[in-house]
Amino acid sequence: MGDQPALELRNISKTYGAVAANREVSLRVEHRSIHAVVGENGAGKSTLMKIAYGHARADAGEVWIKGERIARHSVSQAIARGVGMVHQHFMLVGTLTVAENVVLGQEPRRAGLLDLARAASEIRTLSQKFGLDVDPDARVEDLSVGQQQRVEILKVLWRGCDVVILDEPTAVLTPAEARDLFTVLRGLVQDGMTVVLITHKLDEVLAIATRVTVMRRGERVAEYEAEGLTAEQIVHAMVGRPVQQYVDKQPTSLGKPMLEVRELRVTGARGLPALRGIDLVVRAGEILGIAGVEGNGQTELVEAIVGLRDVDRGTVSIRGKPITGQPVAHRYSVGLAHVPEDRHDRALVLDYSIQDNSILGQQRDFVGSFDVLDRDRVRQHADRLIREFDIRPPDPRHLVSGMSGGNQQKLVVARELSRRALSVLICAQPTRGVDIGAIEAIHRRMIEARDRGLAVLLLSAELGELRSLSDRLAVLYKGQIVATLGQEQLLAEDALDNIGAMMTGAWNPGAGPKDAPQ
Amino acid sequence: MKRGGLTIGFAMLVAALAGSVLIWFIGKSPLAVYGLLLQRTWGTPYGIGEVLFRATPLILTGLSVMVAFKVGLFNIGAQGQLAAGSFITALCGAALPASLPGPIAVAVCVLAGMLAGAALAGLAGILKIRYGAHEVINTIMLNFIVSAVILWIGNAHVFVKYTLHTRVISDNATLSHLGFTGSEANTSLLLALGLAAAVAYFFNRTRRGFEWRAVGHNPRAAQNGGVQLAGVVIGAMVMSGALAGAVGANYVLGSKHYYERGIGGDVGFMGIAVALLGRNHPAGIVLAALLLGTLQYGGLAVSEQVPKEIFQILQAVIILTVACASAYRGHLFKGKPAAVSVKVSQDTGGERDAAEREHG
Repeated sequence: MGDQPALELRNISKTYGAVAANREVSLRVEHRSIHAVVGENGAGKSTLMKIAYGHARADAGEVWIKGERIARHSVSQAIARGVGMVHQHFMLVGTLTVAENVVLGQEPRRAGLLDLARAASEIRTLSQKFGLDVDPDARVEDLSVGQQQRVEILKVLWRGCDVVILDEPTAVLTPAEARDLFTVLRGLVQDGMTVVLITHKLDEVLAIATRVTVMRRGERVAEYEAEGLTAEQIVHAMVGRPVQQYVDKQPTSLGKPMLEVRELRVTGARGLPALRGIDLVVRAGEILGIAGVEGNGQTELVEAIVGLRDVDRGTVSIRGKPITGQPVAHRYSVGLAHVPEDRHDRALVLDYSIQDNSILGQQRDFVGSFDVLDRDRVRQHADRLIREFDIRPPDPRHLVSGMSGGNQQKLVVARELSRRALSVLICAQPTRGVDIGAIEAIHRRMIEARDRGLAVLLLSAELGELRSLSDRLAVLYKGQIVATLGQEQLLAEDALDNIGAMMTGAWNPGAGPKDAPQ
Repeated sequence: MKRGGLTIGFAMLVAALAGSVLIWFIGKSPLAVYGLLLQRTWGTPYGIGEVLFRATPLILTGLSVMVAFKVGLFNIGAQGQLAAGSFITALCGAALPASLPGPIAVAVCVLAGMLAGAALAGLAGILKIRYGAHEVINTIMLNFIVSAVILWIGNAHVFVKYTLHTRVISDNATLSHLGFTGSEANTSLLLALGLAAAVAYFFNRTRRGFEWRAVGHNPRAAQNGGVQLAGVVIGAMVMSGALAGAVGANYVLGSKHYYERGIGGDVGFMGIAVALLGRNHPAGIVLAALLLGTLQYGGLAVSEQVPKEIFQILQAVIILTVACASAYRGHLFKGKPAAVSVKVSQDTGGERDAAEREHG
């Protein structure tokens, strides 16, 4: 093989409709390197990797694997030549065991029968060799997210791949799990393998990558040796201008309790208790953050407050007035606003224009006589939001489905902050899938809202976001609040590790961090 | 809308070719038959009137199906709803005192028919909300029940002896003909056009229409926007049923002047095709109803040349072609991607948007 790169893409172009996802992108991934591909959402990095893996076909350009040009690329071609991919959303069958999942599609046979014992022992050897500690006989649905990811990596290794592409591998991991993953990846490289890492988290890039490719708007804009690189340099390349990553916030004076939740018990989607007695108070002028691994009751908490989900027991009140059991529209009328966790699911009608979406949830405030919508006022309203939040394209009649994720989210935040008589703002994952520029704007608006006396409840999977925005932070674990941290604890050096430990139930707050079991 | 017109133009071409093959097979000249068909439908006042008479109920059932589609429901019970509506319209018309002023008598009869259709469809909506039973099952089962109940009540109490029809309605409740040299086209066409305009206005201009459309596109976002889904489902079924129930105005008040078992033929089910051809838009529905009305009457008008069944085949080919073309482009009625959407990671919003634009 000599000095042939493990994976090489030459002048790859790919368009989806009118959108160029990749424009003449070239990438050389050397053997035994950890090559990070970074960029904002929509920069085209996932598309590029899908092309490398044969999952999508390029309109133009060449894919070379280990010095060999692949003419008609496909996933099976990629795997046959040793290129494997770990997707962000795992492709596992929950009811099967680890071993069964790993061999699925390429089952080893003996005399025509499935030879799971051989598979299990092979997997055990692999997992010991690379420190991927999982029991081959465990059922996948019983595993933690971090362990499931190991199963995905094992799938790739078991198929004999030595080039592993990982798409946003840490998005679902706690900080400790992410560090374990990095140890595994370094081990792989020492063993002669090559890792390609798609991410938008810069600290990870700096911690682990040997080489960094930065993409912006479908093009490769920069490439660096990781040694000596700073986060500012990468961000500058990603965004095309210097960016302040987190907003400064001044201490404010606390006002009256605006949102109060008492003894809240809620049943989740599968009939199991999702919230098991939640008490929380958010006062005017503060941001209360809620941390937790996804699926620990965050969605149910928000839905119970907004009125989208029935409550078994407990009360929710706004400005001291109980709203439990009231319809959603009533809750908005007494001062609630809600930025939903998934804008495509709950926040926007994608087939509606910007102006129609700008009044969704406030449509009753825009009627003239006979319940007819006052189009002029709707349009003025949309124009105002577009102007104030720099929403693009600045055309109120543009369909929301044709906007970038960041602009869609800006529209949602703008709309929610434009409500009348606003006192409580609930923001669930307000910057998920949003580019850095929009993150900056949304964070600034949230701080402004807090400064003008709103009570803000912030739920996020990004610990950095929670830490920099929250005045207080509550940790949600299995439907209960297991700890609440004040400013001092939030600013402590080891805050992220402590929060991460609490999120996984590894740290009993009564015992203190040093006594943490495991 | 432009693309929709293109699709239908293409579908008509496909149907015309298929029809040509059939006509040629019988030994006639396709061009001559088509020419005759056009001449006998749109070429004479009487032909135009007969086309309009057949288009009127199709407009109403098309609107009925469309209203349900708009909020994401599939009402395939227009057949039963129009039967119930026509039956009640006829009973009403026969029971009203002859001294009542005409406009009032007509209004009472039409409203009674709409109420009957609304009640029937509303019941299907309530069953869905209350017990979670799918509206397709509810509406089609109610079709059977209504058909049986009308026959039973009719035979036992209201049908004229030894017939399957009710008594003739009183004169003041009849609708006048539109002229067209003795054709059956009557003023219920104006009612249908008025309702089409009203439905368009409702969906495009009113707050409720805004909410209903939102429910059709994304019920979860609408719910988060303070819309109560149960109310919208029942409301849309009621409106859908009322539109189907108005069909009685055309047949009972405007043409036959009594209810007869089987009245309207399959115009309830054809409403689904009309809504599909009309791209779920009131103006499109009016045009689609005229197209199908032309083929229906045209088939009759040239039946001494070729069997009229050929034109039923043509209708079906048009509908099939449009359905295939719509599905092929990834659209089914609402402009939503019908193809299984690829689950992309949450953090690739931009790329997902790009993919959506590609399908959209």
